[in-house]
Amino acid sequence: MTQVAEEKDILVSTYAQMRETLDTPSTPWLDELRRAGMAHFEKVGFPSGREEAWRFTNVAPIARTKFTPGLGTITPVARDVAKQYSFGDKAAIELVFINGHFARELSKLDRLPGEAHVGTLADAFDADDQTVRNNIGRLVKLDTTPFTALNAGFVFDGAFIRLPRNTTIPAPIHLLFVSTAGADGQPTVCHPRVLILAEDNVEAAIVESYVGPEGAVYWTNAVTEVAIGKDSRIDHNKLQQESLRAFHTAAMHVHLDRGSYFISHNTTIGGRITRNDPSVKMAGEGAYAVLNGLVILDGEQHCDNHTLLDHFSPNCPSHELYKHVLDGKSSAVFKGQIYVHPEAQKTDSKQTSKSLLLSDSAEINSMPALEIYADDVKCTHGSTVGPVDQDMLFYLRSRGVGIDAAKHLLTYAFVADVTRRITVEPVRARIEDFMAAQHGLPQDLRITDLSDFDAEVL
Amino acid sequence: MPEPLLVIENLHARVASGDKREILKGVNLTINKGEVHAIMGKNGSGKSTLAQVLAGRETYEVTEGSVTYMGKDLLELSAEERAREGVFLAFQYPVEIPGVSTSYFLRAAVNAVREHRGLPEISAPEFLKLVRDKMKLLHMDNSFMNRAVNEGFSGGEKKRNEIFQMAVMDPILALMDETDSGLDIDALKTVSYGANTLRSPERGILLVTHYQRMLNYIVPDYVHVMLDGRIVTSGDKSLALELEAKGYDWVEKEYAQPAGA
Repeated sequence: MTQVAEEKDILVSTYAQMRETLDTPSTPWLDELRRAGMAHFEKVGFPSGREEAWRFTNVAPIARTKFTPGLGTITPVARDVAKQYSFGDKAAIELVFINGHFARELSKLDRLPGEAHVGTLADAFDADDQTVRNNIGRLVKLDTTPFTALNAGFVFDGAFIRLPRNTTIPAPIHLLFVSTAGADGQPTVCHPRVLILAEDNVEAAIVESYVGPEGAVYWTNAVTEVAIGKDSRIDHNKLQQESLRAFHTAAMHVHLDRGSYFISHNTTIGGRITRNDPSVKMAGEGAYAVLNGLVILDGEQHCDNHTLLDHFSPNCPSHELYKHVLDGKSSAVFKGQIYVHPEAQKTDSKQTSKSLLLSDSAEINSMPALEIYADDVKCTHGSTVGPVDQDMLFYLRSRGVGIDAAKHLLTYAFVADVTRRITVEPVRARIEDFMAAQHGLPQDLRITDLSDFDAEVL
Repeated sequence: MPEPLLVIENLHARVASGDKREILKGVNLTINKGEVHAIMGKNGSGKSTLAQVLAGRETYEVTEGSVTYMGKDLLELSAEERAREGVFLAFQYPVEIPGVSTSYFLRAAVNAVREHRGLPEISAPEFLKLVRDKMKLLHMDNSFMNRAVNEGFSGGEKKRNEIFQMAVMDPILALMDETDSGLDIDALKTVSYGANTLRSPERGILLVTHYQRMLNYIVPDYVHVMLDGRIVTSGDKSLALELEAKGYDWVEKEYAQPAGA
């Protein structure tokens, strides 16, 4: 036991030492946030499998890897990756970060309508921005997970989006986080941070992409905070397509005011170990939250999504659909917590988790967790797990479709049930490209593009 | 000189897992090119199992006997190979496939058969023409093609979709498993009309049905009665009428084998 405890201390203290070597912008309130973050992380350390929330996710491979801080240098590799995942003209604005550092020359900084602001946290820290000061760390607490504390301890840059009242952004805002290994291939770590403040009656789509060069070992530890004003509609997409040897931990907290609508598409198709903690608080009456997730894993990949729908006010609907496609020895965890406070009467919440197991060694732990303290509510949850449906498979084969092609088609259809709900076209295209590459489906047979039959025939 | 299309000899089959119950207990049947055969029997007689075994369903295991299709050993072929060789099963319970549009599904099916025959993929205009003609034949709405395969279809729509697919796939041997069940009289006429367009000197049709009703519209050349996994009597279309009049009890009294025999 002593040995284990000592190892844990050493691993944790590495980060304190790393912290001291960094030269980052400084204001008294920012220094205090970092100090508190480090102190909390040093106190709790890396989570252990004995904790309920981490029972099925072993973070020892992260704890035992010796990381160095990722640098913001725009190496040829970083440039290539940024180019590969850029939305180009399809984004209203695109901020590129290399290992957490803003890369101005790779970013697309067009003007946005009205007073909308999309910039960096580093600039806001330099300017001692009081709005940022008042909001950073307000939604994601230091004790949300040990990693949110560590993120606070290292915070120095990230994206700051402020959308004033009555703003509509016509195209997606793209935040592209590129991580790379060090010059000699040594593992790196970075702690990206995103702060989104949407005031009343705002409409926008925001995409966070997390990517890296294949084979690179690194750890991305991100925190996103989203505050949404009255009657606003925010479409949030997170696309995690990290290197298959990378680690990814992230927490996102969303606060919804009266009558607002928030939809999250949380997609994990990369990474070796992934842990997401998305959480939405319906604080205002009539707020509507949708959490959709897609997890496609193979090999020894692992992904754990711990979601929370927090019903704080009356008349709030929420819908959640998480789908997993697991091949090889991959594993996934879905924890779907729905918490209904006593005030949240007329809550209407529906949660569904579906998992397709493509191999006998793949594993899913799906755990609904409903806590209901109001008496006039409707909450349902359902979970299905299984291999490719044998009746569907025979039906396709009886029409001449080969067994492998039939399995691919059914997998594709399983995924399309989620992707068709994604309205940001470049995100959907990236997932479909990934599926096509993995399952060898011809591009012209994309299921979601087949809605034009009428137009063609009639 | 009749040319055999399908020759079934002493076919025995059982459920592949679980209790391994034997369902087919020695079926003999020959279908020549150009002929329409009907197999009648009450529930549990094995008639649907026969259709599924012929289509290659792996939940059943053939333990004895042989099936020769156009001179080939049918039992050696996988389900998809049988389909590509021209065997088509119209399902009793068509399967819903959410997320796969009917147009995608059909195009994949048509191209699988074409590839097998050494033909290039069907062009978009060709495919649209083919599909449009067959949809007219079966009084189907164009929106059908955009809908996911059978998802949310009524029982009648599903059956019509089966015969529509059959018409598009243009099979050599059509197996129709209780296509009449769940159809109202108008849908039955439409479906029968579609099936009748497939009648030709080159093809064969095997209808499996509980009732005589559909045989008024798709008139069979031969009628066989199945009981406890065997064909116990055969005749022409008048046998179906006799069966309708006398009921299946009559078959049982007449043909049931004493236990242990």
